[in-house]
Amino acid sequence: MRTVSARRVRRGLVPWLFLAPGLLLAFLFKFGPMLEGIRMSFFKVQVFLGDEWLGLGNYVTVLSDPRFVDALGHTLLLAVGTTLGALVIGGALALLMEGTSCRLWFVRTAVFLPVVTAVAVIGEVWRVILFPTESGFANQVLGALGLPAQQFLSDPDTALFWVMVVGIWTAAPYNMVIILAGLVGIDRTLYEAAAVDGVSIAQRMRHIVLPALRPAVSVVLTLAAIRALRIFTEVYVLTGGGPAGATEVWMTRTFSLGFDANDLGVASAASVLLLLATLTLTLVARIATRRKELA
Amino acid sequence: MTTLDEKLVVRRDRRVADGRFDSALGWEPGFRASNVLRFVLCAVVLCVFAVPFVLVLSGAFDGQNDSTALRLVPAEPSLAAVATAIDRGVLGYFWNSLVIVGGGLVLQITVAILVSYALARHRFRGQAVAMMLFLITMMLPEEIIAIPLSQVIGDVAGTGISLRGTPWGVILPVAVWGFSILVMTEFMKEIPREIEEAARLDGVGELRMLWTIILPLSRPVLGVVTIFGFMMIWDQYLLPLIAADTPDDYTLTVALSVLRVDARTGSGVLLVGALLALLPSLIIYLLMQRSLIRGIASGATKG
Repeated sequence: MRTVSARRVRRGLVPWLFLAPGLLLAFLFKFGPMLEGIRMSFFKVQVFLGDEWLGLGNYVTVLSDPRFVDALGHTLLLAVGTTLGALVIGGALALLMEGTSCRLWFVRTAVFLPVVTAVAVIGEVWRVILFPTESGFANQVLGALGLPAQQFLSDPDTALFWVMVVGIWTAAPYNMVIILAGLVGIDRTLYEAAAVDGVSIAQRMRHIVLPALRPAVSVVLTLAAIRALRIFTEVYVLTGGGPAGATEVWMTRTFSLGFDANDLGVASAASVLLLLATLTLTLVARIATRRKELA
Repeated sequence: MTTLDEKLVVRRDRRVADGRFDSALGWEPGFRASNVLRFVLCAVVLCVFAVPFVLVLSGAFDGQNDSTALRLVPAEPSLAAVATAIDRGVLGYFWNSLVIVGGGLVLQITVAILVSYALARHRFRGQAVAMMLFLITMMLPEEIIAIPLSQVIGDVAGTGISLRGTPWGVILPVAVWGFSILVMTEFMKEIPREIEEAARLDGVGELRMLWTIILPLSRPVLGVVTIFGFMMIWDQYLLPLIAADTPDDYTLTVALSVLRVDARTGSGVLLVGALLALLPSLIIYLLMQRSLIRGIASGATKG
């Protein structure tokens, strides 16, 4: 009897031995910091004087700080603009390049390069391309097309727009692949049947292609929206939040508060708010897609 | 589930039948106005997406480089910028990146294999909770926990051990990645149980079961997890930035901002750095294109 129960205990223990390294690392570098961040968000964090309880004080500071409010506006504008722009361009790319020929495969491979490139590299390269002088590459292209030179990222009025353009350039190829997979999955006999009924290409797009792409589009939108809220590297590399705070987003503001101004309490409160927003958005997306599955 | 590649292969055989039904927009083969338009559009798209990469390549080997001008072909081919970049320690940054991506990837995949094996091939109390914990880590990316994580890297769990300035400061935090665990668990669940039961009757232990039976059967998903893990670690910016003690600890991607301007070669040094940072991504992409496309596309079909 004893050996049987001992064996059962051992068998129950085995999975946990396999889980142990992962759980240990998750607690040390994910959940530990998360809890510590939540704790710090309620304190005025001082290294030598000891922490001072503030209650919701840090949250009030964040939400009443005009620069955070501006940053929130920029983050949402960038999120919506980049997501929709990348969806439309990605969809157009997919429709343009659907096919099996070698030349199309070559173009697709080249177009896909931004997806495998590190965001920081993309940012640095575009910073040079968008150099705001006459001799900058983008201005030379504009000049060749007979358009006036631009200040791009240095003009507070247009900087956010150009950050968005670079974001779309980066994300569109990824969407292209997802949508392309959706297009390839459409049953070809539907097209044939539609042709027999004398359906035009426009009607075919509206009634066959778009409905079939709905799952792909919902994946694209969910992923993009959640990622867009915590956008940091692109903005940090391209503009650092400038000029004059014109492209400041939630994470760049949090970063400069936490690491430059060393105001850990307020920066933690901003991070917790970001976490809450991400959680809410994820849950909403989950529920929305699940409802669709049931329907 | 048929993959994109398989579908494309199947379709290639049928293509001869009728081009009109082969794509959503009904592109047809042959010389016609719509194909001329398509060719022009593809050329424009190719320019928009490929030209920045050509500019990097050309700028890195251009001797005559003021701080802004970029050309499609070097005006004065030279290795001056490369030499300056090496002078300024670009190889050191590159080495930091390689150590971190190598160590991080090995650890990340090992953790994913062990965790997925337990979650997919065992039934035990607390299983749902464990799965949930690993899924939650996906919602805690570096950005969201950056502030406290920086403290933790300086003093791990109150032990006084500091990882700051060492590769471990980046390797350990990227080791648990919900995505790779999720993808691998889903895959391992599909492996038929009969294979495992037969081996168990022969008295095969847990580790050997994983190593000799489950792992070889999981090779397709290992490809997906490897390329996505590589991209995830190579793309890290905030984490190496906060884990660094001095700029010498920067990974190449972070160090690019240090290389932005150079009195002699203008943006040439930056572009050499960018080129070096691009190379591993390009190599991995060209080697593992199938796994990458399959991984991205499977997200779409799951919807």
